[in-house]
Amino acid sequence: MAKVIVVTSGKGGVGKTTTSASVATGLAKRGYKTVVIDFDVGLRNLDLIMGCERRVVYDFVNVIHGEATLKQALIRDKRLANLDILPASQTRDKDALIKEGVEKVLNELRKTHDYIICDSPAGIETGAVMALYFADEAIVVTNPEVSSVRDSDRILGILSAKSKRAMDGEDPIKEYLLITRYDPNRVQTGEMLSIDDIMELLGIPLAGVIPESMSVLQASNSGTPVIHDELSISGLAYQDLVERLLGEEVPIRFISPVKKGLFKRLFGT
Amino acid sequence: MSSVQSNPSVTNKLSPKEDRAPAAVLKGSVFTLPILKLSLCDLKEIEFDLTQSLATALGFFNNAPLVIDLSVIRDIDEQMDFIGLQALLHKHQLVPVGVQNGTTEQVAAARKAGFAVLTGQTIDKIIENTAQKSHGKEVSEPARQHQEREREPAPTAHGGNAGAPQVIHQPIRSGQRVYARNSDLILLAAVNAGAEVIADGNIHIYAPLRGRALAGVTGDTEARIFCQCMDAELVAIAGTYRFFEDNIPDDINHKPVQIFLTGDQLNINTLE
Repeated sequence: MAKVIVVTSGKGGVGKTTTSASVATGLAKRGYKTVVIDFDVGLRNLDLIMGCERRVVYDFVNVIHGEATLKQALIRDKRLANLDILPASQTRDKDALIKEGVEKVLNELRKTHDYIICDSPAGIETGAVMALYFADEAIVVTNPEVSSVRDSDRILGILSAKSKRAMDGEDPIKEYLLITRYDPNRVQTGEMLSIDDIMELLGIPLAGVIPESMSVLQASNSGTPVIHDELSISGLAYQDLVERLLGEEVPIRFISPVKKGLFKRLFGT
Repeated sequence: MSSVQSNPSVTNKLSPKEDRAPAAVLKGSVFTLPILKLSLCDLKEIEFDLTQSLATALGFFNNAPLVIDLSVIRDIDEQMDFIGLQALLHKHQLVPVGVQNGTTEQVAAARKAGFAVLTGQTIDKIIENTAQKSHGKEVSEPARQHQEREREPAPTAHGGNAGAPQVIHQPIRSGQRVYARNSDLILLAAVNAGAEVIADGNIHIYAPLRGRALAGVTGDTEARIFCQCMDAELVAIAGTYRFFEDNIPDDINHKPVQIFLTGDQLNINTLE
């Protein structure tokens, strides 16, 4: 049975698309047939992060409106044969996402794929609600700062009230907390919220902590999901996240402050 | 001098649309309005009961926009004097905006008197609907709560907390709002910042209160709020409120507290 996982946050710029790309890649690497859908109509980014922007011909909105078939719009990942990308339209707006159309596309994908990752846009409007409406599971991406936690709380409220599962009275969406851009040193100095603070405020299980790292930006710019980078602690943390999503018990890593050596203290990082 | 020539400085022409921002824009929005439910057409009787209700509400309804609910008097074979009703409400510093649930004749008369006609769903109906739903099919507990939770509450102008308490097991999150009409509200999970819990009766929170809690909103000055960890943005009993803008005083901060009224004084005492 295929699973629909939404990657959402409320707040923008916290790492939803980075997470979507890496989670989809990670699941595909583990052998699952996976598709990742960009719901950010009008501000599409997923294709850039996945490095397939030049291969976008038809998009999600075209499929919804019957202007292209799903087969025409799906882009095969350049590295993994069992990973597909369904890009968003850059020229339309979010009202182009019709609930019935989205449902039809998802139902079609459920027949052919094991995992459907929905990359939600920021905000709580149509695009974001569409991305989470049909979800079975949700990864709530949060940065260790107050406004991001507040927005995540808001989105959790919407997940439990406006999603299809909530409205139909089915089992609620399984919620996972993912803390991104975590900097243990800044947590220690009190500049950032700690993992415990965030967990206490949001009250949902922690699925992963992605440490702040330069490699994320480099990976985005080069169109390679950071999970491919096995030398990067962020890449490794995403691998751990994927394993936890698959039900494995993996300890959280990279959350203790790193002591700067004498050399680094003298010359900076 | 030609009389046709006009002084350019006094021309009254509107500037073309491109030159200025629009002076008026129509937009949609959702508001929560108190409802005044009428059960008699006699203005004197209405005024008598209304005065009593308002006296206990301690100014909570001052200048409040109000919707008149006609669902009870729609079956009464008597004419409602809407113009008189409007004057009466204005006299008591209420601003009637519209009517709902009237008969065709009542609606027409109300329109004539300047009321808007609303076709809203009240909390009664919602609860009724959900009750029916759960009758036919097993609706899970959280889903049912959410259905009620997402609706805007419609406090009525009469108080009381006679109903069975509403019990909620899930956290109330930022932007969500729960209203326990005619009853106590019991919460077993946190009320997060930006969330609002409202009850006609008492509010019990066996978890942190980080958002807003308003008890006795229809004027019950005996209502109390209990919470296990005081971290609120705002608390109110029967319209008397306290807002914690910056810091909660150390002696109550993060402590289990009860909040109650003595006269018009709002007390927040620790339970330890």
